[in-house]
Amino acid sequence: MTRSLNFMGAINEALDQAMEKDENVVLLGEDIAGGREVNHLEEQNEDAWGGVFGVTKGLGPKYGLDRVIDTPLSEMGYMGAAVGMAATGLRPVPELMFNDFIGFAFDSLLGQASKMRYMFGGKATIPMTVRTNHGAGASAAAQHSGSYYGLIGSIPGIKVVVPATAYDAKGLLLASIEDNNTVVYFEDKTLYGLKGEVPEEYYTVEIGKANVVREGTDLTIVTIGKMLYVALEVAETLEKDGVSVEVIDLRTVAPWDQETVIESVKKTHRLIVIDEANPHNNTATDIASVVGQKAFDYLDGPIKTVCAPNTPAPFAANLEALYIPNAEKVFKEAAELIDDLKARA
Amino acid sequence: MVKEKAIPQLEGRSETALKDLVQLEIRTSTKAAAEAVTANKAKDMYKTMEDIRNFEDNVKRFFAQGLIPGFVHLYAGEEAVATGICAHLTDADYITSTHRGHGHCIAKGGDLNGMMAEIFGKETGLGKGKGGSMHIADVDKGILGANGMVGAGFGLATGAGMKIKYKKEDNVAVCFFGDGASNEGLFHECLNMASIWKLPVIFVCENNFFAESTPQWYASASDTIAERAQAYDMPGVRVDGKDLMAVYEVAGEYIERARKGEGPALIECVTYRNNGHFEGDEQKYKNRKEGFEKTLADTDPLDVFREYAIEHGLLSQEELDEIRAQSEADIEAALDFAKNSPEPRPESLFEDVFAD
Repeated sequence: MTRSLNFMGAINEALDQAMEKDENVVLLGEDIAGGREVNHLEEQNEDAWGGVFGVTKGLGPKYGLDRVIDTPLSEMGYMGAAVGMAATGLRPVPELMFNDFIGFAFDSLLGQASKMRYMFGGKATIPMTVRTNHGAGASAAAQHSGSYYGLIGSIPGIKVVVPATAYDAKGLLLASIEDNNTVVYFEDKTLYGLKGEVPEEYYTVEIGKANVVREGTDLTIVTIGKMLYVALEVAETLEKDGVSVEVIDLRTVAPWDQETVIESVKKTHRLIVIDEANPHNNTATDIASVVGQKAFDYLDGPIKTVCAPNTPAPFAANLEALYIPNAEKVFKEAAELIDDLKARA
Repeated sequence: MVKEKAIPQLEGRSETALKDLVQLEIRTSTKAAAEAVTANKAKDMYKTMEDIRNFEDNVKRFFAQGLIPGFVHLYAGEEAVATGICAHLTDADYITSTHRGHGHCIAKGGDLNGMMAEIFGKETGLGKGKGGSMHIADVDKGILGANGMVGAGFGLATGAGMKIKYKKEDNVAVCFFGDGASNEGLFHECLNMASIWKLPVIFVCENNFFAESTPQWYASASDTIAERAQAYDMPGVRVDGKDLMAVYEVAGEYIERARKGEGPALIECVTYRNNGHFEGDEQKYKNRKEGFEKTLADTDPLDVFREYAIEHGLLSQEELDEIRAQSEADIEAALDFAKNSPEPRPESLFEDVFAD
């Protein structure tokens, strides 16, 4: 049974169902309930916020505040503690309020969670799922608008997922929590209101599997997160021009689905990657490098990447609109490939 | 219902209440401690200290011969701390350790053969040769690992404490750390969280007065580390870290307290390391010829305990010598095991990154 549910509701539902299923799932983070030890709230069993965007609303009152834990402003502390909780048998789901805060807590991922199992010869398991949010487009300015899934995805021993639809938001979060490894789950703050058909029951979406959202034969566009919608817009327009575009939503950034992407490139011979992260050492460059090495003979033209510029995210609305990859930028990069396509026809 | 507690944020707690939290006078062993400990316990503890000393002295020897890759950070001189604390712990309790972790791991029951093999980088090591000296661990025995990141243990131990509290167990998590680590941000964040949530975490500072080459009297704004407990509303106490029975007695008090759900504590053990920060360190920053450093440097915790044991009729000279001999034999065996073990298979490079 599916019904319409928004991205944020899908995440809330996933957490609810995960917590119902497994008592070892414990949430922690700043203001994920909100208003701890405030008399009038405790009397009413009410959470003041349920997360800064309201994503975790209702879970504290439902499962109890010893299971939905408001932490002090201590990212390094509670993320470090989450690793310890995971190592000793719980399945913690800490929230890093904005992925831009990762600087405070980086060792928990870089030095500990990603490495403990390996260093201990397989004798440690760290089944932690870090929820965090990313993305430009909310005028949140430089320190709250970055997308660092590539940065974190470059660390061996960590899985990174970035859902773009409400359906995937629920399924990928449930899969992440089930996964016995550390998974960092990125939510786009501008997608929270996005509606989609979401099944009521518990289900998972496979980590490591990309989704071919739209089939095509002339050009492959691989996207991460909300760039999916940029690609779909581009595909609609190009179709009228007789160009058939295949759109692939990567869904998992680490490990990313090389098989699906390369199969697509073998078919279309042209690749564009749209990634709203900054342009160097990111997911788009990784994809371009791998496809360039493994599918060179199938390419009819250079691989194009459309990313944010090599700048921090600006505040002014017009500048931010220029910062985020959009259809216009993609058309510009695609022009060379399409001209070539038409010339060959 | 939120308990009606006085709101110190407006009035501030009384000065007496603040003072009562911290005991700065360095606790030493008492006669009473001898009565509270069985002969078997005393034997176990002495064996542990001997094991640590022999283990470390041998690691030193073989490292100097070039048989051990990387770096080693030796615990010799500090045996009484790990031993006195871990004597109160079972496999169900947790410890987090430091880069100077061999002593903690041995005291917590780490397998000597597996540890030595790990240090030598062999496949039979506790980490299958994948971790080495700074990453020795045995999660099944509650050893959440030595750690190459100074202060990382605070987070892990606090998390273990959260798990214990959530599961309503009566176990404890002990976090070993040094004077240097007490200046890491994570120290402050974790003591704060452990306090507000009344976690069963015992923070044990091994104040050996040097963080690598930098003295504690320079780097720390507070004269002692124990006094920082006041800021985090938990008891802080100082103890003679060269005196096993003092550590044992004080540790027992606070570990019991934590098991009962009364919350965390900060125990500062005043001690000194025989060796450098790492092997190869010339130790130019030490002054072992005078003052408190000389006293600490000249105090051997093994000798202190031997005297105590004989004076209080705990163990005889014979028993002590026997334990020493057994320890030497056990370390010899561990060395043989390590030297004769194979290197890891090449394929193991790719193994154990992820769990299934």
